[in-house]
Amino acid sequence: MEFTEEQLKRYSRHIILSEVGGKGQKKISAAKVLMVGAGGLGCPVGYYLAAAGVGTIAIVDNDEVELSNLQRQIAHSVKTLGMKKADSAKQTFEALNPDVNVVAIKERINSKNILDLIRDYDIIVDGTDNFPTRYLINDACVMLGKPLVTGAILRFEGQVTTILPGDGPCYRCLFEEPPPAGLVPSCQEAGVLGVLPGVIGALQATEVLKLIIGKGKPLKGELLIYDALGVNFRKVKIPKNSECPVCGKEPTIKELSDMPEQYCEI
Amino acid sequence: MAVKVKIPVPLQRITQGKEEVEAEAGTVISLVNDLNQKYPGLAERISENGKIRRFVNVYINEEDIRFLKSEDTSVKDGDVVSIVPAIAGGI
Repeated sequence: MEFTEEQLKRYSRHIILSEVGGKGQKKISAAKVLMVGAGGLGCPVGYYLAAAGVGTIAIVDNDEVELSNLQRQIAHSVKTLGMKKADSAKQTFEALNPDVNVVAIKERINSKNILDLIRDYDIIVDGTDNFPTRYLINDACVMLGKPLVTGAILRFEGQVTTILPGDGPCYRCLFEEPPPAGLVPSCQEAGVLGVLPGVIGALQATEVLKLIIGKGKPLKGELLIYDALGVNFRKVKIPKNSECPVCGKEPTIKELSDMPEQYCEI
Repeated sequence: MAVKVKIPVPLQRITQGKEEVEAEAGTVISLVNDLNQKYPGLAERISENGKIRRFVNVYINEEDIRFLKSEDTSVKDGDVVSIVPAIAGGI
């Protein structure tokens, strides 16, 4: 495909970067990214990917926009209260960049539909709010060999890592098990600083764009931890676990299943 | 000089808001018990029967102790220990 005059102008600040150029911008325009969650993380991820001109952005989310979301979920507004988040985000992203094909998938992701949902996409972005879905997305991405950019936030702290199945550890190598239910207060009770998902989501979008253009070092095998109060970014290593139940030498998880609802803080 | 321990935000309520505390050198589990003397309740949040819980990781400098000697890994003065729990929020 050739860019129109308007597109050349729109993406000129990308094209001028030697690491991106016209070639990289074409890769971005051809890329298909699926985000799970159109909440705190999904909003900035999708917003920046739409601005960057990612060709197809799918948003999987079955929730509706509520007033308490607007403290941080910047793709929604008072005009879209009560609307499905996937539709609300689609409107916002298309208003920013009509080049982008935004696919709103108003379903709750589960073990039955996940493989079909993610199969046609190049990169998956996790911005979900619960452990069962995080483990499910990880397992499905490992099984299909899909790159996964995962981010998580709580209160004043965030975590980001990029999982490249077959080429590094997965989320189960990092945390073997989710916390047991009942040990902890829920996310709603724990709270989150509104701008925190903006920081973490922007890091996730950066990772996605780097993977698309194939430049730089992906954040694989490392967990980046951001502490907003202490103003610290630090990285710890994630060794690949040869005993990992999903990506180890002798995997014991060969089929996807849904874990019961759980909580999100120790 | 002691060991510096980075406390994750969800546990800072136990450490009176401190993001970094100091502990005596020794092994990982002795360090957890030492911290529990100063900050009661910390040990049970991150460990059970002398083992670090499976949804919490402990790093010495940048290395995950599960791939060293787990709870018996020795911690020297000057090391930085990070306690990193799994978090799931995205909303």
